[in-house]
This record gives sequence, C-alpha cells and structure tokens, in this order.
Amino acid sequence: MNEEKSGQMNELGDMGAMAWVNAGLTARYRRERRFKFFGLAAIAASLMFLVLLLGAIAIKGYTAFRQTQILLDIHFAPAVFDVHNLASANYAALVRDATLSLFPQAMDRQDRRAAIKLVSIGAAYQLQEMVTRKPELIGATKPIWVLAAGEVDMFVKGHISRDVTENERRISDKQATWIDQLAASGRLRQTFNATFFQAGDSRESELAGIRGAVMGSFFTLAVTLAFSFPIGVAAAVYLEEFAPKNRWADLIEVNINNLAAVPSIVFGLLGLAVFLNCMNLPRSASLVGGLVLTLMTLPTIIIASRASLRSVPSSIREAALGIGASQMQTVVHHVLPLSMPGMMTGAIIGMARALGETAPLLMIGMVAFIVDVPRGFSDPATVLPVQIYLWANNPERAFVERTAAAIMVLLLLLLAINASAVLLRNKFERRW
Amino acid sequence: MTMILDVALGMAEVAAVKRSGADMAVVAEVRKVDRDQRQTVGLPFVEAPRMICREVNVYYGDKHAIKNVSIDVGKNEVLAMIGPSGCGKSTFLRCLNRMNDTVAGCRVTGDILLDDLNIYDRKVDVVPLRARVGMVFQKPNPFPKSIFDNVAYGPKIHGLAASRAELQDIVESSLQKAGLWDEVSDRLDQPGTGLSGGQQQRLCIARAIAVRPEVILMDEPCSALDPIATATVEDLITELKAQYTIVIVTHNMQQAARVSQRTAYFHLGDLVEVGSTDRIFTNPRHQLTEDYITGRFG
Ligand SMILES: Nc1ncnc2c1ncn2[C@@H]1O[C@H](COP(=O)(O)OP(=O)(O)O)[C@@H](O)[C@H]1O
Ligand SMILES: [Mg+2]
Repeated sequence: MNEEKSGQMNELGDMGAMAWVNAGLTARYRRERRFKFFGLAAIAASLMFLVLLLGAIAIKGYTAFRQTQILLDIHFAPAVFDVHNLASANYAALVRDATLSLFPQAMDRQDRRAAIKLVSIGAAYQLQEMVTRKPELIGATKPIWVLAAGEVDMFVKGHISRDVTENERRISDKQATWIDQLAASGRLRQTFNATFFQAGDSRESELAGIRGAVMGSFFTLAVTLAFSFPIGVAAAVYLEEFAPKNRWADLIEVNINNLAAVPSIVFGLLGLAVFLNCMNLPRSASLVGGLVLTLMTLPTIIIASRASLRSVPSSIREAALGIGASQMQTVVHHVLPLSMPGMMTGAIIGMARALGETAPLLMIGMVAFIVDVPRGFSDPATVLPVQIYLWANNPERAFVERTAAAIMVLLLLLLAINASAVLLRNKFERRW
Repeated sequence: MTMILDVALGMAEVAAVKRSGADMAVVAEVRKVDRDQRQTVGLPFVEAPRMICREVNVYYGDKHAIKNVSIDVGKNEVLAMIGPSGCGKSTFLRCLNRMNDTVAGCRVTGDILLDDLNIYDRKVDVVPLRARVGMVFQKPNPFPKSIFDNVAYGPKIHGLAASRAELQDIVESSLQKAGLWDEVSDRLDQPGTGLSGGQQQRLCIARAIAVRPEVILMDEPCSALDPIATATVEDLITELKAQYTIVIVTHNMQQAARVSQRTAYFHLGDLVEVGSTDRIFTNPRHQLTEDYITGRFG
C-alpha cells in the first residue's frame, strides 16, 4: 500500500513536473502582465497630471506673449520742447492730444478721461525715447504704434467679457465702442509682447516684464554657483580623499545629509541674521540671495560630489599612488577629472533647485516691488519665482496671464538646465 | 649559489632533525615538518639582498594578517609568493612599497630595508620610495588617458625627463621593454583603456618601469588574462629579471615554477617555507607546502 502510493507519487511527480510548471506559467505571465499594467497606469496617471498642469498654465498664459497696440498720429509740436532738455517735455500731453483727436465725439471731462485711459502711460516714455534718439522728429507728425492700456489689451483678447453689466467690468460701454471703432479703422493691432521680456516689474500690467526678475535670478545663481561649487567640491574632496575615516567623519556626514533636508526658509532666516544683521550686506541684493542659496545648495553639491568621487574606482588611485604620485597629485591628476562630470551634474541640479527657490529669499527682502532691472550684484533685485509669487497675488486679469507666462519661462529655463545635466552625463559618463 | 646554499641548509636541517631523535635514516625519506609547526623552514635569507624584511607583522585592526615574517629578496631574482587565498600574500607584497599606508586601520611593525633604507622609518617619504619600488596590480588598471600619457605620467611627476624628446625616449624604451612597442607605436595617442587585457597589463608594466624602479612588485598580474596573454607576460617577466628585482604573487603554481628562482609559501599569515623554486616544487619540506603544491587544498 505504502509502496504503491509512493510509486504513484513518484510517477505523478515525474510526469507532473512539466504540467506543474505549465500551470504555474500562465499564472506567472498573468502576474507579470498585471504588474506591467500597474506600472503603465502609474506613468499614465502622472503624465496626465503633468499635462493638465502644463496645459492649464499654457492656456492661461499664452496670450501674454501678444500685446495690443494703438496707432496714434503724434504731432511733435515744437512748442512743447525745450531744445536743451528734451527729456523734460510733456510727452503725456502729446499722447493725450493725439488720442483725443481720434475721438472728436468725446467732449465732456469724463469722456475725455475715459478716452485717454485707452492708451498706456508707457506711450509717453516711448515718445520720449524716440525724440531723444531722433530730435529731428520735432515739428513732424508721425503715425506711431503705442501700447494700449492693460484693460484694452484684456478686452481685445476677450478676457473682459461684453456680456457682464457695465459697472462690473473695467471697460465702459463707451470705451468698448471706441475700441471697436479703432479696430474697424485699422488702428488696433496685436504684436509680439517684447515688453514682457525687456521690462522690469510695473504697476501697469502692460508695462510689466520679467527682465528684472530674470536678471535677478541670473545674478543670484551666479553668486550661488561661484560660492557653492568650489566650496562643495573642496569639502567633498577633503572628506572623501583625505579625511581620516573616524567618528568625526561620520558625524560630519550625518550633519551634511541633515542639512540637505533642512527646510529652505531656515537658511533664509540664517541669512537674515548673519548676512544682513551682522555683516550689514545690502538688503534685497542678489549677492545676499546668492549666499543664502549657497548655504542651501552646498549639501546637495557635497553629497553629489562625494558620490561622484566614490564612483572613481580605487584601482585608479592605486595606479597613481603605485608609481609614486602623492595623494594630492593622485586627486588632482586623476580622480578629480574623472569625477568632474558627476560633480557638475550635481551642481547643475543644485542650481535648478536654487532657481526655483522662493522662501529663503523672502526672508532677506528679495520680495520687494522693484521696477529697475538690476545691473549688478548689490542692486535690489528679485528672482523669477518670487516675481511669480508677487504677480500671483495680483487679482488683475492681465497679471494672471503674466503669472502663467512667467511660470512658462521658468519651466523652460529649468528644462534647459536639467537637459544640460542629462547631456553632460550622457556625454561624459564612464562605466568601469 | 642560492641552490647550493639551499641544499646545504637542507642537509643541516635533516641533521638537526636527526639529532633531535626523529627516526629517519635516508634524506629522501625525510619526514615533512609537521603541520602545526609554523617557523619558516628552508632558506629565507640570501647573500646579496635587495630587500630585507625582518619580523614583519601586519594588522588590519585586530586581525593579525602577517605574522612575524622574515625574508630577503635577492638582487635580480624573481621571488614568487604562493599560498591559498587570504593567506596574506597581497598584504605582504603591499608592505614592500608601503601601499598599505592607504588602507585605513592597517598597521605594520618590524623592519623592511631597501638596500640600506629602512622604508618604515618615520623620515622616509613614500613618493620616492614608490618610484624605486614599482607595482603592477591584479586587474590591469591603465589610466583612462592615451597610451603615451599612461607611460609618461610617472617620469613627468618625478621630473625624470628634461625635455619632450627625452620623455618620448623614455616612453619608447619602456614600451619596448614591456614588449608592447611594436603593437602600439602607431597609436600612442589612443586611450590605454582601449587595449586588450594582456596589452593593458603590459602597458601597466611599461608604466611601472618608466620610472626606473629597482624592484617591481606584481600582484597576480596574470589572473585576469587569457593563456596567450599570460605566456607573453611571463616571457616579459623573465626578460625583466636581468634589470630588475621582481616579487610576484601568483596562485598559479606552474607560473611560479616557470618564472621564479625562489618561492615563498604563505599560510594563514605565516611564511611557512622559502626555497629555490626547483626545490620547493620537487621536494617541499613542510607538510603544508606539500599539501598545497599537490593540490590538497587551494
Ligand atoms: N583592507 C583590509 N581590511 C581588513 N582585512 C583585510 C584587508 N585586506 C586584506 N584583509 C585580510 O587579510 C588577510 C590577507 O589578505 P590578502 O593579503 O588579500 O590575501 P591574499 O592576497 O593572499 O589572498 C585576509 O584574511 C583578508 O581578509
Ligand atoms: Mg591577493
């Protein structure tokens, strides 16, 4: 009985092995398919969110890249100008006269004011610049495209609806008909919004641009890179190649990893206390912003650099030491060049993070309303993400679209930076 | 010379054993030295040594990796070090040019002399020492630079060449000595890492001899190579012997037999037996040595 059973078992076992495997195989494949499906679903979900986010921003923001202009026939009346001081002339009056001449029916004070409001106050500066560049314009009458006011721009773009009652929109019925008149007579056009890329911030939406913020970001990041890269690499080289591996090294390691996780606002507070209050560096300056971001980026760069140094195989160090290179020569001639691409990748990623950073900069006053484009490291400046934050707080529809447009620019910059990191890695990465 | 001395010492040893009362009549049937006996047997010392090691101990932290090893390395000889893996061959080899300095927690005691220089003296600078005692590693490790730069690096950092032409001469002669010149003379500017394994190892040998060392240490230089490349490197070692003193670690006993004049057998950190290669392989005197070379463990 026993024997019989075991014989049966054996037979079953022998014959059944393949059957078992086959039976299991379908289940295995099914599990594999399910696993693949979950993975794909996860990717699809995240892609969908990304598309949603980017789509929403793009749809809100793309109109900001176009701008409405009005064609005025400006008469540069000689009486307005003082030849010795062209800048002091009343350009606003020139604009006003030219605007009113388009609307002879606007007779009472209120109408005249409404008509004048169709043109941006930036038009006066535009004329001033033209005349200073070309004084021979004085006396002539010229058709000139000037900026329309922000409300007009919004109306033309359809962001101010005609359907709501008059007192709930920022363009009156009368203004609306004037705008239609202008459009009909070909005195209205939309062009590329160069102002957005050439101007600093402004209270007037049509004059507001990101140039100031971009330059602020540039100066800030320049300071950050100039400080954090050499310091970070030096620290990493010392810790990795020279420091004795003891309890102190472990302690430092833990602290660096910890610093990398400290909320960035803390670095802002530190910067406020040290750079502004103790060292009396200028408030709102990109120099201080850069220093604060240096503190924030340093741990990232040190960690990336150490990983990069560690990935250089010890056989290279031994080869150099073995023919009598000193420790220093080994590091400088062999280890550093080999780990440089990895270090630079780490630095670039750190820079990308710094570019998107807002909180610590708020603490050191880089959140001010700054009209002038900064020209140096000590000029008051703001940075792109802070500019976005500032505009996002402004309820005007024109600023809503500029916020979205600025976000697009920031994302493009980040994309470019991260792509350069990937390119660098692909180009120089070395497999051992 | 060494051989004769060795045989003589063998006789003396047998005599000593006889005197101690062991029952043996004929030399050929000498009983092997017992397994538990860890004093070095054979002939660790030579008449004209290049390197002298006395009572060398190496510790990795608490681990006693080399136990009281005393041995000489003769001028222009190839000394092979054999033994089962983990017995300390590499560790001892790396003592000879102080490469162990780079290992955290590694401590070396005892005296190692290169000619008259005590290399573990506090005043000794490892940089010139390593120029005098070069090293070739187990895995070929050329720099990821051109073939020329690989060989030129040593002479450059030690200032051995006054001019570019001189440097080129050094590179050429080193590559020639390493038997690599004919294969690479037309592509010196190409990366050394692009060569085959055997060529890479010869490049590493060329790199080592470019700084004109007196001693070359080789740690299993052929273990990553195919048999043909191995044969080439072995021929090279035989040629280099005329100019250099070579200490080679190998786990390949045929290789030790082919290239070396003297062989040292290590076992668990002890130097168990040293003698002329012929004698070690034909008539090992220690039981452990015999076990190893007859393949009883490996
Ligand atoms: N860096 C190190 N730290 C600690 N122990 C080591 C280290 N290197 C080698 N050892 C130990 O020392 C002993 C001898 O090693 P090694 O010299 O590499 O042997 P072999 O080269 O003969 O195979 C081994 O037991 C090994 O585990
Ligand atoms: Mg070894």
